[in-house]
Amino acid sequence: MTGAAAAAARYAGTRVPRVEDPRLLTGHGTYVDDVTRPGMLHACFVRSPLARARILGVDAAEALAADGVHAVFTAADLNPDVREQWYTLIGKDVPDTPRPPLAEGEVRFVGDPVAMVVATDRYVAEDAAELVAVDYEPLPPVVDYAAAGESAELVHDGYPGNVAGEFPGAPFEDVEPVFAEAPVVVRRTIRQQACSQVPIETRGIVAEWSAPSGELTIWAATQSPHEVRLFCSRLLGLPEQRVRVVMRDTGGGFGQKVIPQREDMCVMLAARKVPGPLKWIEDRRENLQSAGMARHAHGDVRIALDDGGAILAAAIDYVEDVGAYPVPWPVGTSAAVGMFFPGPYRVPKAAWATASVFSNTSGRTAYRGPWQFESLARELLLDSAARKMGLDPAELRRRNLLRRDELPYTNPCGVPYDGITPLETFEQALKMLDYEAFRREQELARAEGRYIGVGTCTYVEPTSAAMALHATEGATIRIEPSGKVNVYVSGGSSGNSIETTVVQLTADALGVDIADVSTVQGDTAVTPFGGGAAGSRSGSMTAGAVAETASVLRERIVAIAAHRLEADPGDIELDGGRARVRGVPESGVTLAEIANAAYFQPETLPPDVPAGLEASGRYRPEHPLIYANATHLCTCEVDVVTGAVKLLRYIVSEDCGPMINPNVVEGQIAGGVVQGIGNALCEHLAYDAEGNPVATTFMDYLLPTAAEIPDIEYGHVETPSPGPGGYKGVGEGGAIGAPPAVANAVADALAPFGAEITSLPLTPETIVALVRGADGTVTR
Amino acid sequence: MADVTVRMRVNGGPRSASVPPRLTLADFLRERCGLTGTHLGCEHGVCGACTVLLDGQAVRACLVLAVQADGAEITTVEGIASPDGELSRVQQAFRDHHGLQCGFCTPGFVVSVTAFLRDNPDPTDEQIRDGLSGNLCRCTGYQGILKAVRAAAGPSAGAAAPEETG
Repeated sequence: MTGAAAAAARYAGTRVPRVEDPRLLTGHGTYVDDVTRPGMLHACFVRSPLARARILGVDAAEALAADGVHAVFTAADLNPDVREQWYTLIGKDVPDTPRPPLAEGEVRFVGDPVAMVVATDRYVAEDAAELVAVDYEPLPPVVDYAAAGESAELVHDGYPGNVAGEFPGAPFEDVEPVFAEAPVVVRRTIRQQACSQVPIETRGIVAEWSAPSGELTIWAATQSPHEVRLFCSRLLGLPEQRVRVVMRDTGGGFGQKVIPQREDMCVMLAARKVPGPLKWIEDRRENLQSAGMARHAHGDVRIALDDGGAILAAAIDYVEDVGAYPVPWPVGTSAAVGMFFPGPYRVPKAAWATASVFSNTSGRTAYRGPWQFESLARELLLDSAARKMGLDPAELRRRNLLRRDELPYTNPCGVPYDGITPLETFEQALKMLDYEAFRREQELARAEGRYIGVGTCTYVEPTSAAMALHATEGATIRIEPSGKVNVYVSGGSSGNSIETTVVQLTADALGVDIADVSTVQGDTAVTPFGGGAAGSRSGSMTAGAVAETASVLRERIVAIAAHRLEADPGDIELDGGRARVRGVPESGVTLAEIANAAYFQPETLPPDVPAGLEASGRYRPEHPLIYANATHLCTCEVDVVTGAVKLLRYIVSEDCGPMINPNVVEGQIAGGVVQGIGNALCEHLAYDAEGNPVATTFMDYLLPTAAEIPDIEYGHVETPSPGPGGYKGVGEGGAIGAPPAVANAVADALAPFGAEITSLPLTPETIVALVRGADGTVTR
Repeated sequence: MADVTVRMRVNGGPRSASVPPRLTLADFLRERCGLTGTHLGCEHGVCGACTVLLDGQAVRACLVLAVQADGAEITTVEGIASPDGELSRVQQAFRDHHGLQCGFCTPGFVVSVTAFLRDNPDPTDEQIRDGLSGNLCRCTGYQGILKAVRAAAGPSAGAAAPEETG
């Protein structure tokens, strides 16, 4: 490529094809199950078939006698070896909930790992797991978290009322006078069902211990290789540099793979006790039984309004199910539900409290926008209020959404919003639909006995939280002796396109052709420490890390070029892989020539410029949070006879700042939206009254398919954040906005029936009940 | 049960092995042939990540036993691109339209779509959605995948796909 051609290239902001794709499209990715090591053994867990029981004994004799079985580990074998067990993500000093590697004394949910069988292959290990006899004495389970407070039974001793923790938030007394005097008060109990993240790749790990060198190598399906390494080094008491974690490709995580769980601990602990590398690959039934639950919660929520529809106060009393073994400690995260409940609206007063409650079910785990209940509850409530007041829900929102001229604005829970555009995204989404036309169409449809509806959700979202594990992000850039570039970040591909993002940003920062840049990620032995893919942080934080590091190299390249060209450093520009004197296009030296000098002719470098062309930098944000915002708008038609919901249009207007790669932004939004649609309409990680999970296959846990999903339309509003490049996070929002937008659309369609939607999922059965008025929540 | 000898052609080359009768075709391909592009997402025939062509027909390799594939012609995702790495029309369309993110479900989609477009070179939108409904993706919301299939469709869509021979 000529210098002139490259001068026109700017990669940030364009739809650059992904660098991950060629290997992934041809079956040449490296996921954890693709890793094979000489002498590798396979693990299979013996899991509890009961929701709660005392373990009276484990007899592994028959399993151990089976051909090919190396070991059967129980709690007594592995649990005492735990040195320290805590997550960098949350910190050491929280009142963490119990988390034994294998069940000890008591099993607390169906799927609780009781023993781990190690054998020569997975088939043999599964057979042997069947031969392990566990003697259980059944105990009455606490299945319904909502009734757990009154239960005589305890999921864990030492937690009275089964309460894992509470956050008192802002006191309700302070808002009672407002609610007592307000002309309009709407109060509902909103319920959200249990869902799961369901990455298509289940969890998995390979651990290989080298006794002679005292080194442990781990291949893991993870969103954060460095957290796996830190956690493992503490767990086993190994020095951090003796643990290496490798992750080239992870098949989705969505929160489920942000931190190691109990089964991972077992494999780490057993690695030093078996004669070869140990692999565990979860199957789907295990994944749906044991890899974690999310979303399950309810809230007593209310808003007070004046006669003109202005919000006077909002309050939420939130209770969430955390299952038996939440990962990580869930209580801190729950505070975000209360703090963001006012959303992007002008709310003068607010009160909130949260409680996290144990049950004998799968533990709560992180899932894309873990606090999203605030949006679900608020947006359902706003639509209810509009119907009650005879106002169009769009008009009610217009009267309350924050305007640009009101920013910065601190919400009543103390959250300082800035750089957000809720009203702009709202108006853009309405315009993309032609909202007025839809209302006219709705009227005509109703006259014909067809029920169509429109629903929205507008939210503000904290992204790139720079705390603890996520406080900084590092990058190393090596301009190699040939002038080609390698950039090293923690990363690892887990579906967020971070390889492409980093290559784009680096090519721009150094003024080189994108084809001359490669990235090395997902190996703790060679990459700088980084927090991983979580909290909608990868874009902003990695952009900071690349910018920080590239600036050092730019300065060095410019100094060398200025010296060689006998020009002023201030006159040197980098473009198209060349450094040249500004305004003199024919001048200049190539990056290859500069690199050659830097490595092989150090005597030609200007004084004070170090040899070589590699640098490491670490980005530390000035702002603890970056706010993103969006409006989701959905239209649907409801068949009131069958209860089927057909989504007609789905519009997302978001503000994630300037886009590094619009394909990546839209892909993240679409993925989140469809997860949210699934959460709203069909997904349910259900249990029966005895605590048996009844959705442990994809025949029962229903994911949306291409057949049910509308085309998603995107509107972009770009307001720069105060962070690097003005970028904001975009990983989680799709999943936040979709459930309320879909639920409101269905409620709007069913408004002629006086239906009020207060719980998810909206299965055909639920909808038929709403239409018939059989549901207790229907009001007229 | 005693092991059984199976012989098949995989991506054009002969493969034979002595396998336990219960070994799935997916595990045979992954573990015995080293073709790890065939992924296992559910092992009960719903997610479609393990889709391969068996005598030209798209099947779920987790639901087929290796012994059932004795004598068959198998094409896995590794056999879709040209030997020099040039992507097939379907693969290129997935790349052009952001039809993949984490990539785990992708081999199943690529193989399914390859067979689908061979049999339906000029499908309607409804046929495309129906044709994709047997494969689950959790990353993309299917948006890029739908675009990719629309782009790859057309009169010459099926040209490079292995013919159904079974």
